[in-house]
Amino acid sequence: MFAFIMRRLGTLGVILFGSSFLLYNLAALSGDPIGELRASNDPDAPAQIAALTRSLQLDVPPPLRYFFWLKGILGVFVGKFSLGNTRTSEPVAVAVFDAIPTTLRLVTTAVIVAIVLGIAIGIITALRQYSRFDYSMTFVSFLLFSLPIFWVAVLLKQFMAIEFNNWLAEPSIAPQAMAVIAAVIALIVASAIGGARKRFWKVFGLAAVGTAVTLTALLQFDWFLKPALGPAGFFVASLGAALLVTQLSVGLGHKPSLRAAISMSILGLLSYYPVNWLFERENQPLIIFSLLLLTIASAVVASIYFAKIDRGPVIRTSVLTGILSGLLMILDKLMRTWEPYFNTDAVNGRPVPTIGQTNALLDSGDYWISLLDVLMHLVLPTIALTAISFAGYIRFSRGTMLEVLNQDYIRTARAKGLNERTVIMRHAFRNTMIPMTTIIVVDFASILGGAIITERVFGWTGMGTLFNTAINSFDLNLLMGVFFLTASLALVANLVADLLYSVMDPRIRVGAGA
Amino acid sequence: MIFGRKKIESADLEQGSIINKETQGLSQGQIVRKKFLQHKAAMIAIFVLSSIVIFVFSALKQKIGPWTYPGWWRYDIEDLSDLTTGCKDGLVGCPTASILPQWLGGAGIGLGEHPFGQDDIGRDYFALVMRGAQRSLMVTVIIGAIGGVIGVVVGAVAGFYRGVIDSVLMRITDFIITVPAIIIGSVIGFHFGNLGVSFLAFYLGLFAWTGLSRLVRGEFLTLREREFVDAARVAGATNRRIIFKHILPNAVGIIIVSVTLLMSGAILLETALSYLGFGVVPPDVSLGRLISDYQESFTTRPWLFWYPGIFIVTIALCINFIGDGLRDAFDPRQRRQITRKDRRDARTAKKASAHA
Repeated sequence: MFAFIMRRLGTLGVILFGSSFLLYNLAALSGDPIGELRASNDPDAPAQIAALTRSLQLDVPPPLRYFFWLKGILGVFVGKFSLGNTRTSEPVAVAVFDAIPTTLRLVTTAVIVAIVLGIAIGIITALRQYSRFDYSMTFVSFLLFSLPIFWVAVLLKQFMAIEFNNWLAEPSIAPQAMAVIAAVIALIVASAIGGARKRFWKVFGLAAVGTAVTLTALLQFDWFLKPALGPAGFFVASLGAALLVTQLSVGLGHKPSLRAAISMSILGLLSYYPVNWLFERENQPLIIFSLLLLTIASAVVASIYFAKIDRGPVIRTSVLTGILSGLLMILDKLMRTWEPYFNTDAVNGRPVPTIGQTNALLDSGDYWISLLDVLMHLVLPTIALTAISFAGYIRFSRGTMLEVLNQDYIRTARAKGLNERTVIMRHAFRNTMIPMTTIIVVDFASILGGAIITERVFGWTGMGTLFNTAINSFDLNLLMGVFFLTASLALVANLVADLLYSVMDPRIRVGAGA
Repeated sequence: MIFGRKKIESADLEQGSIINKETQGLSQGQIVRKKFLQHKAAMIAIFVLSSIVIFVFSALKQKIGPWTYPGWWRYDIEDLSDLTTGCKDGLVGCPTASILPQWLGGAGIGLGEHPFGQDDIGRDYFALVMRGAQRSLMVTVIIGAIGGVIGVVVGAVAGFYRGVIDSVLMRITDFIITVPAIIIGSVIGFHFGNLGVSFLAFYLGLFAWTGLSRLVRGEFLTLREREFVDAARVAGATNRRIIFKHILPNAVGIIIVSVTLLMSGAILLETALSYLGFGVVPPDVSLGRLISDYQESFTTRPWLFWYPGIFIVTIALCINFIGDGLRDAFDPRQRRQITRKDRRDARTAKKASAHA
């Protein structure tokens, strides 16, 4: 294993060397960094040219200059790591490492949402192969594949931000619009649940009426301006989470798990007011972190109390329920922050921003308001990035799941009388996740470098902006810095994916024969 | 709920027998063709795509060698005409096409002078979109062709000869694959964008083959160990003959499918590059260029934004569906859905044979 990793790291170094050499020369040949100065009539131009030539070593031909750059990288072994300087004599390494957190913040949520949604939908479509739901999801995923991201972004800005903000000024839904919304939601729900035609229409009717009633009630109580779950809403949602988690992980028939999960919901309800009191205190990150630890601890205690044997799955179920309930609690708090946020001068009744990372005018010491501000700025980019990338997950998880369902061990599992839930979740789903994991790891690395357009459309200043600046101002060192980071991340992700694969699938032995 | 169980066993058997009946006595090529022709979405996509290609390329005046093809559209992209007035909200240059008949309160069914409207200096937007679509289609085809040829050759050579050649070629592939496509594209576009769209596409194609070559290599590595290759070699076939006559036809499925995916990726790549300003350079237009030029005017003059976008999405969607149909057709494990009619037919056939 160790030898394998060492050998792979060696190859990785060679590849990185080759591709950086390629890009360096390609980029150096593609533009003249002092061309603009040469053409200018500024009397100061010759001096500037001389200064730039000296600082960027432009008198050395690119293939040789590359090795100066390489020397800076190799300096990592003697503690003098350097990616060179930008044209403005700022160290590239600093600029790049400053940009990473922004890009991470931009892509993390999108990647997580895309993975969870994409895998869930992909698996449901595989289980319902050739159903209405399958066909429409296939169509949707192809449609998303075919969309240019900035085109989507402009549409989102118009309809999800500008029009939605206008709508919020006086929230009301016309009866026709209400009917359409209810029908669409009901259609999605009914086709996902499936069943014979009669059942389909029954589910459809229930979902349509339910949606219409809920929307009317929400509008009636001005919920869109003053949203909140409240203790009752929190408890219902948390109970729903408990049932869902139990059903998916061990089945509702497993009494100890069900009891432990439900007791977590009840515990959440009991701690609703104390926790909200804590939310008003200073130093929120620490408080939230300790609450998380407390939740996990109490989930473990509850499982130990309810289960005498085979505690693993029970602990897993109740911990998951506890964490979901905690997230619901935070969601509730954020919802109740909505109204004060909405009414601040900086926001002024237009809560969905179209551009930027944070609202610079917003000057609030309140932790929750700033958090909500950051989250609101994430909404549109996240939807755009998710829409583009989750299509791939749908297709891939559907394909893998179908392949797995055709395997002999699935037939065996059914033949020995396991119920369908166990067959799908224990046997099929886990095996589907093996190839999915490698895709996920590699995807995450590539999206870090690939959010260039998203950043530009939504006015974020992360890696993509650096890259744009680098190309437009012929800043070779900056370009190479961005490339070096994204490329090494991608290569390391590939290595991690291979190792993960062998951990999850014991049949694969890394290093053997390779 | 989600785990509702299908009536699997008997249905599976029945399905198998129906499929077997259908493919009895057909060659591999015939089966693939039949399956592809049965794929409704792919057929619709082919129809739509070819209509778009004919429509788009016949619309405008263009020079083909010494001849000039007149084109059926009355404007060219350089023609300036007076801006249409009398639009809503005091705008000018709005689309004149209307599909609402007069008795419903519309302006009647008709194209009008400028069906897609005009841009800010009065150029006919229909002509611009047509030219943009021509360019985008050209980029797609050129990248697909160049990337496809290089990818197949590199993959085939690496997979067939293995050893040192394989290592060298695959390291080169790795070098290129490591650099994100958009970075390579931007560097190339920045330098070669002004040479015209075909050159840009050509250079992009030189870097677009990496994924394909890996797939082809993998396929060749498996196929060259198969018995029929051994048989051919024992019979004295040359390497060239083995590659072209024995291995390539068996790998053609994976090649065609990846080339279609490469092409649908190419149209989006061109769009993205044009958006970043590294693609097609004015006065030439492409669909991506049009969108990025007019994205700010979406709120006031949405037609400048909608029409090129719709063309891009339709073209990419069609290519994707064709690729999907091809994949299904080439994949022997892929079974098509058995309809009620198939079941009924199978049952009648069975009854008839039982009677006889």
